[in-house]
Amino acid sequence: MIRVADLVKKYGEFTAVDGVSFSVSAGEIFAFLGPNGAGKTTTIKMLTTLLDPSSGTVEIDGLDPRRKGNEVRQRFGIVFQDPSLDGDMTAAENMEMHGVLYHVPRHTRRERTERLMRQFELWDRRNDLVKVFSGGMKRRLEIARSLLHTPKILFLDEPTLGLDPQTRNQLWTHVKELNRAEGVTVFLTTHYMDEADRVAHRIAIIDHGRIAAQGTPEELKQRTGTASLEEAFLALTGTAIRSEGADSADQMRQFSKMWGGGKK
Amino acid sequence: MSVIYILWLRELRRYIRSRLQIVISLGQPMLYLLVLGFGMGPVFQKAGQGSYLQFVAPGVIAMTILFSAIFSGIGLLWDRQFGFLKETLVAPVPRVQIMIGRTLGGATVAMCQGLLVTAVCVIAGFRPANIMALPAAFLFMALIACLFAALGTAIGSVLENMQGFQVVMNFLVMPIFFLSGALYPLAGLPLALSIATRLDPLTYGVDGLRSSLIGVSHIGFSIDAIVLVAGTMLFLLIGRHLFSRIQI
Repeated sequence: MIRVADLVKKYGEFTAVDGVSFSVSAGEIFAFLGPNGAGKTTTIKMLTTLLDPSSGTVEIDGLDPRRKGNEVRQRFGIVFQDPSLDGDMTAAENMEMHGVLYHVPRHTRRERTERLMRQFELWDRRNDLVKVFSGGMKRRLEIARSLLHTPKILFLDEPTLGLDPQTRNQLWTHVKELNRAEGVTVFLTTHYMDEADRVAHRIAIIDHGRIAAQGTPEELKQRTGTASLEEAFLALTGTAIRSEGADSADQMRQFSKMWGGGKK
Repeated sequence: MSVIYILWLRELRRYIRSRLQIVISLGQPMLYLLVLGFGMGPVFQKAGQGSYLQFVAPGVIAMTILFSAIFSGIGLLWDRQFGFLKETLVAPVPRVQIMIGRTLGGATVAMCQGLLVTAVCVIAGFRPANIMALPAAFLFMALIACLFAALGTAIGSVLENMQGFQVVMNFLVMPIFFLSGALYPLAGLPLALSIATRLDPLTYGVDGLRSSLIGVSHIGFSIDAIVLVAGTMLFLLIGRHLFSRIQI
């Protein structure tokens, strides 16, 4: 479903993603893990047509995002790291907007909106403005919205960031259920190793823009001789704190935007 | 088509929901209209130019549309901040449709504000010279709205933070307003100022509006219309280009 080969993204001198290759089969839940600044979000952006790779190939359901941007976009749903809802519209209006943007016919749109909003326990609040929603409700609405156009792939970029354990638990239960019942392929990133361990069929660990290891959670634990995925993760990526990396990557991005101009 | 419609509708929904803001945004035009209108009235009268209120009302209407249209374009900045921009940019639709929808929505909102201020002007004592020319006035209001909504979208596409917004306000929007002849007649200006006014697109909007509302024109009805249409096209093209380059 997703095939990535020798993917590279450079910002000037800085290489954010450095020759990454992996593939995700249809119906799989694939976790993409790594410390801050490792290249996770940059990779997701390249997979979801938001960023052009410097080199390498990406295939989403057999299509090249660079050439068939809109066809690729129709095939996936995405929940971004930070919220992307319109707080000044109601939950139902946010769904409606999404349905129109993704060419879902009016009748199907209404039907699916109701079904998804009931499923994610938001139907009673459909006419409330999103800005009064709690963090967990916003997340649920975003996931419900991303499924409105029946995507084949669901990208979740740290979807549980800042949510309480109850909400996180509920969210992953929903995701697993979706994957099981509808066969949606899921590509997720998270910093919570226990979540990845519980949910993912397969895991890739990225560090310094390169894939450090990939396999099932069990394989990764065996390979590193550790008891938990968290320990395996630390064994593979070291214990040094990486927020600096994220900052300099960010700075480079800002810098190239200011001086390099446009698409790089 | 439905994509353009839904984005247009969004701008309108947001406008209608912000009732308090609608009232607040009438404050500044009322200040210009009532304080300047009545304050400058005697001087204007003595100079043999007639009623200043009559003269300044079209300028105040144009100003309202200018501000409202530019701000709606800059609303992109908020959408960037609160993340909604990503939702539209990752959707399987051509970006130009998103840009057109937003711009038309912004222009419509600016039109509504303009009509509201027109009503306020009439209440304050402003009287259009010729009822038959009202459709022409409506046309000019729409042109001003489209032109500056397109400019607003273009600016909103490159702004990344609030500091930029202040710069735009002080170095672009205010000069556009003050150079447009909204507050003073264009006849007999010093050469440099006269040239500057001619480079300001709002000048043609104010002149067109004035010629249709009170029958006084400095430049000429058709040139006004042509410049406004051409300017709108130009800003739409620039906006389309800049909008297509947005990265998130």
